[in-house]
Amino acid sequence: MELTQEQIVRYSRHIMLKEVGGEGQKKILQSKVLIIGAGGLGAPVALYLAAAGVGTLGIVDADVVDLTNLQRQVIHATPDVGKPKVQSAQETINQINPDVKVITYQTLFKAENALAILGDYDFVVDGTDNFPAKFLINDACVMANKPFSHGGILRFDGQTMTVLPGKSACYRCVFNEMPPAGVVPTCSQAGVLGAVAGILGTIQAAETLKYILGYDDAGNRHACSLLTDRLLIMNAKSMQFREVRFKKNPDCPVCGAHPSINRLADYEQKACELKREA
Amino acid sequence: MKLIINGKEEDIQPDNVSVTELLKIKSVEQPDMVSVELNGEFLKRPDFGTTQLKSGDRIEFLYFMGGGSR
Repeated sequence: MELTQEQIVRYSRHIMLKEVGGEGQKKILQSKVLIIGAGGLGAPVALYLAAAGVGTLGIVDADVVDLTNLQRQVIHATPDVGKPKVQSAQETINQINPDVKVITYQTLFKAENALAILGDYDFVVDGTDNFPAKFLINDACVMANKPFSHGGILRFDGQTMTVLPGKSACYRCVFNEMPPAGVVPTCSQAGVLGAVAGILGTIQAAETLKYILGYDDAGNRHACSLLTDRLLIMNAKSMQFREVRFKKNPDCPVCGAHPSINRLADYEQKACELKREA
Repeated sequence: MKLIINGKEEDIQPDNVSVTELLKIKSVEQPDMVSVELNGEFLKRPDFGTTQLKSGDRIEFLYFMGGGSR
């Protein structure tokens, strides 16, 4: 493909980066990224990837836009309340950048449709709000060998890591199995500072673009290294970031030497059963 | 004893505590809430009670964070 005059102008601030250039921008335009969840994390991810010119953006979300979403889910606006989130996101993306083809999946990401949806996407972004989905995304991506970005937020805290299946530690290497129902609250129960979603989501978007631009076996390209084998943890109250380093866990139940998880499953966990401390 | 907990050096008394006891001291109500890394290796949850900590150990509590969409 050749860049059009308009594209050369639109993406000029990318193209002038030696780490991107015209060739890198073409890679971005030819890339396919799947965003699971068009909410707090998925919104900033989708906005930045759309602006960057990612050629195909798949968006998975079963929900409709609710008034309580608008405090942080910045891809949706007041007139979108009641609309399917995937439709609202698609309309915003189309306005930002006509180069982007949007494929919508108004469904839950489940064991039965996971591998079919992952299809031929190059990279996956986890922007979901519950553990059954996060563990399913990890397992499906490991089995399908799809690189992905994990993100999680709660109150003033956030965490993110990038997973290259077979090469770097996966989510289960760190968090072996789902926490029992009710032990860990979700945003809808515990709240979240809206901007924290933006901080985490834009980190996930940056990781996505770095992956698309390419890396060598050491994870490096043009001095860009991915957030692999480390969990980035941030707290917005103290505004401190720190990272915990680790390696692939040989006992990991899905990517270890002797995996015990060989097929996908839908894990049951009611989101609203938060135990109250007495 | 001196432990490095979540990147910060802390003086923990008494000297001989297990991971389970440290979680209590640090007010982690339920061990199910965290994944624990000790000196770069992840601990299996059933081993929290039998793993004794020693001075200089580097321990990380990694919290589950499930939010993102709704």
